[in-house]
Amino acid sequence: MAHRAKLVAQGVAVGLVVLLFVLLAWTLLMDEGGDLAAAAARGERPQAPDFTLERLDREGDLTLSSLEGKAVVLNVWASWCIPCKDEAPFLEQVWQQNRSRGVVVVGLDAKDFRSDARRFMKRFGLTFPIVYDGPGDTLGSYGVTGFPETFVIDREGKVVEAFAGAVNATEDRARLRAALEQALTS
Amino acid sequence: MRLQALFLVVGALIASGAAAAAAAGPPNAADLEAELVCPVCETTLDQSTAPVAERMKAFIRVRIAAGDTEQEIKDALVGEFGPGVLATPPRSGFGLLAWLLPLAALVAGAIAVGLLIRSWSRRRATPEDDRPLDPQLERLVDEELARFDG
Repeated sequence: MAHRAKLVAQGVAVGLVVLLFVLLAWTLLMDEGGDLAAAAARGERPQAPDFTLERLDREGDLTLSSLEGKAVVLNVWASWCIPCKDEAPFLEQVWQQNRSRGVVVVGLDAKDFRSDARRFMKRFGLTFPIVYDGPGDTLGSYGVTGFPETFVIDREGKVVEAFAGAVNATEDRARLRAALEQALTS
Repeated sequence: MRLQALFLVVGALIASGAAAAAAAGPPNAADLEAELVCPVCETTLDQSTAPVAERMKAFIRVRIAAGDTEQEIKDALVGEFGPGVLATPPRSGFGLLAWLLPLAALVAGAIAVGLLIRSWSRRRATPEDDRPLDPQLERLVDEELARFDG
């Protein structure tokens, strides 16, 4: 009887350890969500993970997949991020210059207060659609590790190029414009 | 007379409740900072100097000054940053599991220890104990006891 109880206890302990490993693996896989930047750099054009998020620029939600047929510049930012402040006027410029060509700039404000984000939008005169992800749940699937990050997505919803850090250097801005042309022609 | 006593009891209860509420006072910023997590660096606010953590600390101070309760401040921050901002999981929904699992483990451990003790005590109380002593041994014990008494 005691031997059987011991076997059961050992079985439960091993089961718990296996369960913890499965949980760990699941968490790592969910967090990883594929390294979109690396895949795009290899020319693979991975599918941009879809999301539906609350809009900050107006009432309602925005679903990324509803923009299929347009090229999207998805910019992940936060009001407390200093490089985001330098980058904001450039993104507004990209939006103003290309919106008639089927380009949508989408700002994704994450890990931020809504009120701070709205102040930021007002301060920099941002007029493109901006969605809010306070908990940052979307970031894992895009492999975002810092702020800002920018993804250029083609008309079929595939990532053409990813930029880690602000798109402020002249060469980065030229690269973004080139990626945008690719996204429009795909 | 009974009615008077009832009024006295109700009055005392109200007074003690009011005293307790007064003693509780406004929420303490340091306590809240230890119970909330910075969404960027994922340490408690009191351990973080990240810009968003500093902004959250300022938010807490403003809301305390505005007379909000601890729960109202936490709810407001959960509304902005999600439940992950709480250092301890909520006592409802899936978060309840985090509270119940250690208790369940404690109960399971207590049961296991109880069963183990029971099994040991049974092993000691074997039927051999009820058998009569060896007559020679019994005589020796009697002699020893007699010598001890004498």
